Amino acid sequence: MQVFPCPFCGPRSEPEFLFVTEMGKTRPEPAASVSAEVWAAYLHHVQNLKGEVAEVWQHIPCGQLYLMRRDSTTMEVMGVQSLRNGDAL
Amino acid sequence: MNFTFDGMDLTGRPGDSLASALVRADVRIVNRSFKYHRPRGLWGAWVEEPNAIVDVTLNGIRTPNCRATTTPLLAGMKVESVNSALIARCDPMAVLDRFARFIPAAFYYKTFLWPSWRLFEPTIRKMAGLGRMDGALGFAPEAPQRHDGAGVLVIGAGPAGLQAALDAANAGQDVLLVDDRDTPGGSLIDRAEAVDGQSAADWSTAMIAALSAAGGRYLPATTAFGAYDHGMFLLAERRRFPLPPALIRLRADRVILASGAIERPLTFIDNDRPGVMSLHAGLSYLNRHATLPGKHIAILSTAEAEPAARQLRAAGASVEVIEAGEGRAEVGAVHWRSGHLRGLTLRDGRRIDCDTVLASGGWTPAVHLHSQTGGKLDWREDIQAYVPRADRPKIITIGAAAGTYATDDARAEAALAAKGNRPTIRTDLPVRKAWPRLGQSSRAWVDFQNDVTVKDVELAGRENMRSVEHLKRYTTLGMANDQGKIANMAGLATMAAIRQVPISQVGTTTFRPPFDPVSLATLAGPRREARFSPPKRLALEAVHRTAGATFREYGGWLRPTVYTDIRAEVRAAREHVTLFDASPLGKIDVYGPDAARFLDFIYYNTMGTLKPGRARYGFLLTEGGIVLDDGILFRLTDNHFSVSCSSSHVDQVANILDLWRQDQFDPSRVFIQDATPHWATLTLAGPKARALMARLDFGIPLDETSMPHLSIVQKDGMRIARVSFTGDCSYEISVRATHAATLWHRIVTAGRNFGLALQGVEALAILRMEKGLIFVGRDTDGTTMPHDLGFPAPRDKKQAEFVGKRSLFTQTANRSDRMQLVGLSCDGAALPVGGHVLAKGASDSQGYVTSAAYSPTLAKPIALALIAGGLSRMGEAVEVYHLGQRRTATICPACFVDPEWERLNA
Amino acid sequence: MTRHYSAISLLKEGLSGQKGWAPAWRHASPKKEYDAIIIGGGGHGLAAAHYLAKIHGIKRVALIEKGWLGGGNTGRNTTVIRSNYFYPESAALFDMALKLYEGLSRELNYNLMFSQRGMMVLAHSEGEMEIAARSTNAMQLNGVDAELLTRAEIQKRAPILNFSPEARFPIWGAVNQPRAGTARHDAVAWAYARAANAHGVDICETCEVTGFIREAGCVAGVETTKGEVRASRIGMAVAGQSSHLMTILGEALPLRTYTLQAFVSEPVKPIMDTVAFSPKSGTYFSQSDKGEMVFGGALDRVPGFTQRGNPPVMEAVIAGLLEMAPSLSHLRMLRHWAGAVDVTPDSSPIIGPVGEVMVSCGWGTGGFKAIPAGGVLLAHLLATGEHHPVSRPFDISRFASGALIDEGAASGIAH
Repeated sequence: MQVFPCPFCGPRSEPEFLFVTEMGKTRPEPAASVSAEVWAAYLHHVQNLKGEVAEVWQHIPCGQLYLMRRDSTTMEVMGVQSLRNGDAL
Repeated sequence: MNFTFDGMDLTGRPGDSLASALVRADVRIVNRSFKYHRPRGLWGAWVEEPNAIVDVTLNGIRTPNCRATTTPLLAGMKVESVNSALIARCDPMAVLDRFARFIPAAFYYKTFLWPSWRLFEPTIRKMAGLGRMDGALGFAPEAPQRHDGAGVLVIGAGPAGLQAALDAANAGQDVLLVDDRDTPGGSLIDRAEAVDGQSAADWSTAMIAALSAAGGRYLPATTAFGAYDHGMFLLAERRRFPLPPALIRLRADRVILASGAIERPLTFIDNDRPGVMSLHAGLSYLNRHATLPGKHIAILSTAEAEPAARQLRAAGASVEVIEAGEGRAEVGAVHWRSGHLRGLTLRDGRRIDCDTVLASGGWTPAVHLHSQTGGKLDWREDIQAYVPRADRPKIITIGAAAGTYATDDARAEAALAAKGNRPTIRTDLPVRKAWPRLGQSSRAWVDFQNDVTVKDVELAGRENMRSVEHLKRYTTLGMANDQGKIANMAGLATMAAIRQVPISQVGTTTFRPPFDPVSLATLAGPRREARFSPPKRLALEAVHRTAGATFREYGGWLRPTVYTDIRAEVRAAREHVTLFDASPLGKIDVYGPDAARFLDFIYYNTMGTLKPGRARYGFLLTEGGIVLDDGILFRLTDNHFSVSCSSSHVDQVANILDLWRQDQFDPSRVFIQDATPHWATLTLAGPKARALMARLDFGIPLDETSMPHLSIVQKDGMRIARVSFTGDCSYEISVRATHAATLWHRIVTAGRNFGLALQGVEALAILRMEKGLIFVGRDTDGTTMPHDLGFPAPRDKKQAEFVGKRSLFTQTANRSDRMQLVGLSCDGAALPVGGHVLAKGASDSQGYVTSAAYSPTLAKPIALALIAGGLSRMGEAVEVYHLGQRRTATICPACFVDPEWERLNA
Repeated sequence: MTRHYSAISLLKEGLSGQKGWAPAWRHASPKKEYDAIIIGGGGHGLAAAHYLAKIHGIKRVALIEKGWLGGGNTGRNTTVIRSNYFYPESAALFDMALKLYEGLSRELNYNLMFSQRGMMVLAHSEGEMEIAARSTNAMQLNGVDAELLTRAEIQKRAPILNFSPEARFPIWGAVNQPRAGTARHDAVAWAYARAANAHGVDICETCEVTGFIREAGCVAGVETTKGEVRASRIGMAVAGQSSHLMTILGEALPLRTYTLQAFVSEPVKPIMDTVAFSPKSGTYFSQSDKGEMVFGGALDRVPGFTQRGNPPVMEAVIAGLLEMAPSLSHLRMLRHWAGAVDVTPDSSPIIGPVGEVMVSCGWGTGGFKAIPAGGVLLAHLLATGEHHPVSRPFDISRFASGALIDEGAASGIAH
């Protein structure tokens, strides 16, 4: 059972959290000018790095999205940041 | 205390374990081995015991695979050995041992190829397995689960753990000491070792009292069996047999691991004979249970054993001590006749007469929890053991678990660890090597329970199964229910010798939880039956039950299926008016200055042009363009919408809205709130709905101009909406959930003159099918896009960006043979839902029936189907395949009743 | 040296102390150059090496494995083999594997203990029965054996399932595939290794690929911890490492790696003679020949590469198991472990060229059952440079064209 620090609610247990996506994806728009390959990459491609990763997570009870840096091999959490302000990770 | 073992009536004493009671009763053969059905006796006295696995029946409850050494004796227990064809003393299957040379490790991979494995398998299966479970028992009693935490978790209440816990508590730290024994002291008690001039028991009890006085806590009978991510430990707290232990989920700021060490066997020929026992276990039976493991004892030990011999002699045994290990004596033969150990012959020719051999091949530190957290091990040549490397920032290992066996040194380490310092004390207590000898012609056992011998390890080496993981998997070494606690080191050492490399280069297999098998009931806890995943209940459930409804679960909600008769309910909805509890329909409020722009982006259909008080049907897509939900959006005011999504999708839709809101919008300008549980919604549908509404007199105008189809009015805390899922005129009246019953009874009373009928979910399913209205997830699948459902307009025309837009134009999305929703008409009985649609005479699936029923309105069967290119195949005769049978049906438009939608405003 | 496995060989060796057995495979160090390199010594890589030699006659092959053979998901799964798939593309792939499994013990002269004890997917409501019918019909039309069982038929086959009136998920029926079953997972890797070795394949264990050799803009081989190895054909089947290795090559894959846990109970005498899966409780189980209940369930919710278990999913899976068969609550869990599985957006594998490497990845939770087919298809790609008809739909290009093969799509699972 992992413990993730929600920037709004503090440390909470793993089942309260939802992995959303890797950080840094931008939605390509407008649709009419987006190639099939660019769209597929947006929809599906991920870095899936071993080691330190930066991801968007949601704390389900408060609903807030936030950024989290963690290690995908040791599961250590390095830091979190609200999407609302510029606090360092 | 009376109990039976394999049918023998025996007596034990209070405080006995099953094992100590068997020792007391001089029962030597307690089980048979897994493969060769060799007679087996007790080797250990606690969790390391590999042999004495028994089924215990108490009060009619049979608990399989109990370890006799850790199971307390209770009066009336019926104890049965698990691996004998009859009883442990007399097992006809023992004949297998004579064929041992033909069935070495992994023999089964090399034979049973002809005619087929399935022919041999049933026999092999019957021979395998340990205990017998009672499949008719049902659930074991529920196990409690709780959370706990501590500043310092000390694991193990032997001398090191007791000292560390007390010192840390005295220093003001928040200490929790856990130990798997019922009483403190650990190995001190087994050895009856005096400490500071006190007996082991007195000193340990005093330490616990002092710990308690200093504010520390002590949890006896609790096994820390697993270490997990982020510092979580799982603990099992024993309860009265056979109740499953309680589960404790525990986090600590730091951990002091004082889990002790496990004595290793000596690996000589026939070292598995009953009567060959761990020296430490022998002492444990004497000192904990006041019973001697034998009368004439030979001690074979790789370390100093005179103190042990003195204790055994003092209790009345004759004892001969033989120094074992490198450069010392080695056993040549074990003499075993008619069920009894008679003595040993050493390789130097000496003959020792004895009825019991107490053997010690050195110690293996119990590093399991350290290793489970990913901690590495270092090999120590002087004590021939792996010890934890100091690589876990929050875990300090001390005492025998760290290879520090002497009590004084262990306590000194404890004092350091209590302060948070890593001890550097190294006991200089060299142990003589005593690893298995290679190339012998007879068998010496490495893994007792799984019958893995030195020869098997040699065979694995010969066949290149040389990685420790291959060795384990090929021979099953270490995979028995003791998980190799006593076997693994001898196995590794043998493989090192075969590979001619140091043991440190062989490595170990991965230590997996649990340290000791743990009841499945303990881990499942209260999640069972209704509490496994509780269904959602309606505010009006009791009212529905009174009205005679039968219930089923739909999309997580327990809802009325039918009150009287499905067809009658359908007819009432077409001819008069029905009352339906639609409370689970989603009611997600979306408000704020950007709400309209937000919903335009979220929904396939344009919602921003909606006027306040009006409603529109629309689709919510995934970014992949797939229809995720359909629903009706109400615009209550300029900046306030209510999203009425499908009842089974509410949580999902609310969350998706919130994700998009935070990702693509200014979250201070649009807000989402799921208000579904706040409201109860009652639906009136049918040609007399408007008249009944007028009678109910909610004080709102009902004419077509004021309240047309797809409109909403808020009045007196109610929301009244004109929408229809049946095709007839229909009103949804939503009130605060607490007012639902009042409204219900008011409607029922007023409805008497209008032929009002109560309507369940099944009737609704037919009513909407008659109109070709879909249930998303049932009439759509994970490939369905809105233009497959006859809604191409926004795809073709909507200029603005919306979720999933680009995906509606992929190569696949543009295909003409997409699966499209159509109707199917046929004669005879209703079509089978799940039947597949085939072109006439063909046999490849072109789609399937998603919904089907007999339509009481039309007096004929109707069906909805997803069919490849279906929208352009109207009138085509197709076949419907179901479980080998074929029927003919005709593709038709999905709307069967009133295709002009004239009833809507009638 | 005894190389052939049979009862007679065992008897003969029994008389001489089992001392004459040949190694199952040689310990090899990589040479400088080969006709083909296969990265990954799991079932898929080993099978590909075997079929490259056997079907295509390409025998100068190096199989490069960073750890020990079969140490990834081949040795961590719950051993279920089935082809109860909905879409014809999936059915073709997995039934190809199942058919190969049916003859594999003899083909490889190694008893893989493939036991076709059947697998039931339970249905717990009228709605689920309709989906079950949809699946059963699809399977039958795909040419795969399937039957729709009634509650009574299920009770006869698996009486320990939960038939209590208190059951949270009452059993209505099931889709059964009689040809499905279980096999000894490690043995599949060992048997393929033994067969590939007999063809002359160099099996290089504890040899890790650290990079790719590029010459004139083309990939010409791999850099390993045991030196450079060259070959014009490179294949890769490295679950849990796919993204990592392809990142080195500069290619992105639509893969996310999750932990999948598995569990065994202590062994008991036979009481469950088939495989049962309850999608509703999220758990499936079978009883191994040794007597252990082998069970598993959902992926962990936190992406990662840990290969170790985690309590939240463990507790949920076990609760699901007991809900399926309450009397199992009297057993203890003996061991639990985990593997790192690569999951694609449609949960179907990716087979085919990615850049200049032939990749077989994204098998998710179901790679073991596909091993023989995965091997045949990867070998075909390596030997011919072209797709086999069965692998073509699984090319990575499907993500841009939108032609996903999502088995969840038709199974009534909420999308």
